[in-house]
Amino acid sequence: MTVFAATDAAARVRQEFGLEPGVEGQSLTVTVPVERWQAFGRFARETLGCRFFNFLTAIDWKEQGREVICRADNLDARLTLLMRARVADDRCPTLTGVWRGADWMERECYDMFGITFEGHPDHRRILLGDDWEGHPLRKDYAVDTPHTPYR
Amino acid sequence: MEVKAPVPQIPPPVWSEFKDLQEFEKYRQHRTDDDKTSNALASIADAIHHMPGGWIVTTSTDKIFNWARKSSIWPVTFGLACCAIEMMATFASRFDVERFGMVPWASPRHSDLMIVSGTVTIKMAPMLKRIYDQMPDPKWVVSMGSCANSGGPFRHGYHVVKGVDRVVPVDVYVPGCPPTPDSLMYGLLKLQEKVAEFQKTGAK
Repeated sequence: MTVFAATDAAARVRQEFGLEPGVEGQSLTVTVPVERWQAFGRFARETLGCRFFNFLTAIDWKEQGREVICRADNLDARLTLLMRARVADDRCPTLTGVWRGADWMERECYDMFGITFEGHPDHRRILLGDDWEGHPLRKDYAVDTPHTPYR
Repeated sequence: MEVKAPVPQIPPPVWSEFKDLQEFEKYRQHRTDDDKTSNALASIADAIHHMPGGWIVTTSTDKIFNWARKSSIWPVTFGLACCAIEMMATFASRFDVERFGMVPWASPRHSDLMIVSGTVTIKMAPMLKRIYDQMPDPKWVVSMGSCANSGGPFRHGYHVVKGVDRVVPVDVYVPGCPPTPDSLMYGLLKLQEKVAEFQKTGAK
């Protein structure tokens, strides 16, 4: 297993992708363009050794669109990588080909934020019922929407 | 050659085909007219009641029935959230509601009481209604804790039924978050008083 210091990892990211990561201790934060999301995930797993997929979620920035966030760790090097990508019209490539653990996380993200993960093998709701309308963690979701037959 | 038994393939439930409740509601609406037995019983009881001196018989039978009902309330074990821990404590030896004739029973078919102990989510509500419908009449419901009473701290969430009385009729509300076993026992005793006053012979 390759062991990285965060500064070395940042240098690799700069060299391979031309992106400027924020480094703080052993944690890296990289803002990735959404077209290179999958490529960057593969790079993070194979080159940076971030084999542990921690979580994937999204943030609703209202007018400025939504942002997908994914954290992966290199447990041997104690290296933490936070990938963020602004998604245009709520479409994002899937990471299930890189980490199997991304499967349910992306389903949950779809469930709560309505972000479509292209290429996901089993793309449907995971927590809410299949007849649910809307995506409740969006900022514009009206909590008091009447829901038949019980709400 | 080795013959393998086929593995049973249980398909997952399809939510959109979940029509039980609507069917059951239709059945329930028609039932009161069709249930000839209870109507006949009610008319016989009515006739006896209006005979001279007959009220002594009917009221005392009612009293005996109600005494029997109130002294053997069997709650269905239906725990939803942290309130269920307190409910279990109430059922266990320290508080011991079995001395009131309450046996926690693991089947709704034999139960008289449902203690809704915890948060009812919108996804859980159809199952709750289904268990309630499976219980035989007469049946009672105790709503235990803030979540079941009104939605409680999750009232402004997107996924919580804002009070279980939107799904099933509730007889006794026990406040608290969660209610202590003492509170629940007080509620159950109140329910017993209510059952003792339960007058009808037919359906509730």
